[in-house]
Amino acid sequence: MKSWIKTHRFLIARRLVQLSLLVLFTLGNVYGFRVLTGNLSASLIMGVIPLADPFALLQIFAAGATVSINVLVGGVLVWLFYTIFGGRAFCSWVCPVNIVTDAANWTRRKLFLEQTERKIWLGRGVRYWLLGLSLVLSFLTGVAAFEIVSPIGMLHRGIIFGMGMGVAAILALFLFDLFAVKNGWCGHVCPLGGFYSVVGRLSLIRVKHDHTKCTSCMACKTVCPEKHVLGIVSKQSGAILFGECTNCGRCIDVCEGNALSFGVRNYINVGEKE
Amino acid sequence: MSQLNHEKATITERRRFLSLMAQSVGLSALGGLVWTGYIEEAKASPLILRPPGALYENDFMRLCIKCGQCVEACPYDTLRLAVPGENKPLGTPFFIPREVPCHMCTDIPCVPVCPTGALNKSSVSSIKEGEEKLDIFKAKMGLAVVDTESCIAFWGIQCDACYRACPVMDSAIKLEYRRNTRTGKHAYLIPIVSSDTCTGCGLCERACVTEKAAIHVLPNEVAQGKLGAHYIKGWEKADEKRLENVSQEVTTHTKRSEKKVEDYLNSGEDLFK
Repeated sequence: MKSWIKTHRFLIARRLVQLSLLVLFTLGNVYGFRVLTGNLSASLIMGVIPLADPFALLQIFAAGATVSINVLVGGVLVWLFYTIFGGRAFCSWVCPVNIVTDAANWTRRKLFLEQTERKIWLGRGVRYWLLGLSLVLSFLTGVAAFEIVSPIGMLHRGIIFGMGMGVAAILALFLFDLFAVKNGWCGHVCPLGGFYSVVGRLSLIRVKHDHTKCTSCMACKTVCPEKHVLGIVSKQSGAILFGECTNCGRCIDVCEGNALSFGVRNYINVGEKE
Repeated sequence: MSQLNHEKATITERRRFLSLMAQSVGLSALGGLVWTGYIEEAKASPLILRPPGALYENDFMRLCIKCGQCVEACPYDTLRLAVPGENKPLGTPFFIPREVPCHMCTDIPCVPVCPTGALNKSSVSSIKEGEEKLDIFKAKMGLAVVDTESCIAFWGIQCDACYRACPVMDSAIKLEYRRNTRTGKHAYLIPIVSSDTCTGCGLCERACVTEKAAIHVLPNEVAQGKLGAHYIKGWEKADEKRLENVSQEVTTHTKRSEKKVEDYLNSGEDLFK
């Protein structure tokens, strides 16, 4: 048996990263502590390095505006980070909505909803349609279409600047994930998740599977928010190459046989076994 | 009948693909219509007051990335981001002068931090000694408007709270002295706002002594009218110059002006429609 820490280490690490980002942003707003100012849409590290949400920028472009160079640099930095290294790590390591939907998923398991509930079907491709729709509607309406309805924005802005009735929106999202569709928001609907799935498709950091150690207990598939990405588990060794894998590491946490681990994608000796 | 079932069973991949696409596109159109409807409602907020240097509302809405860095830079907590439930475009910065007005910092900390240019630095700068320098007096956040019925100065009671609160003193708000014929020996001290110099900071609205402010800031788009090009102050040389840039045709086009004066005046039916 692995110790509790061992089976939760990536979960704890992710929560630490998510919360400390929010704490730093909030300190920046409330106490003028200038390590990190702004929010997840656009920010400034130590008053120098700009960061920006590349999807928000894409919508702004679609809406027909040109932004100033600072925020452009910020967007490119973030884009490059996830393209080269992180993959879809934004969703599980940064986005605060992840905490809400993980909570819904945990509650769902505790209440045995999987076995009892009425099933509502929703395709995992919905997010890509919404991603396209966000850009089309930004073009048609002249405002960043997803940003003006985004519950992600409502939540991180809410925590940093004040929530208002955003609480209701987040509660609705929780209920949707709990009672309507398993991993409904993050795994099916969210266009930002769709965006990072596309952006992070070729990234270096990957979960790797060693099927010789696998006991086929399928604990990884129970916790995985995108379980179709774990198709190779217990069948063959290799890296999880789906863009939709959020690199959350929960599968690595729960794997008793140590058959899963983080690794770097093998681009050089292609053809060789990874 | 069996023929039909047979066909159903052997639906081609091509047909399946096409009908799935048709469904997806149709559902996207449905979602898009609802979504667009919401956006069009949500972005229309004509009474919102923006930070100094903000672009015109449409362009501002296009560019604002909702990062709140202007809000953080504001030392008076004047600015805040719209939260759900306020019926204002979500996440965009605004202020309510009666609660906290803009104190018109000379270094305008809220503007240079804007990462996208939704707050435009050069619109609140003026050239001094060949250098572009921030100049808060160029801000156009709105325009103060006086409700002459609830303003006690118009009753003849002496109050110059707004006049004294105004940071562009004796320019954005001037006091006009008028004889008070009721008493015969006093003067009305009437606040008159000039749109040339009023920045819309709202310090007057904050200072107003009435229960609900008798002077309040409205966005310029809402507060100001627009003259047709053919109204010229013939007695002012400067105003006459406007004629030079006017094209041949200077007529105000309204529904009524489609007809000749004799026609619309003589047809009573049309008039009362």
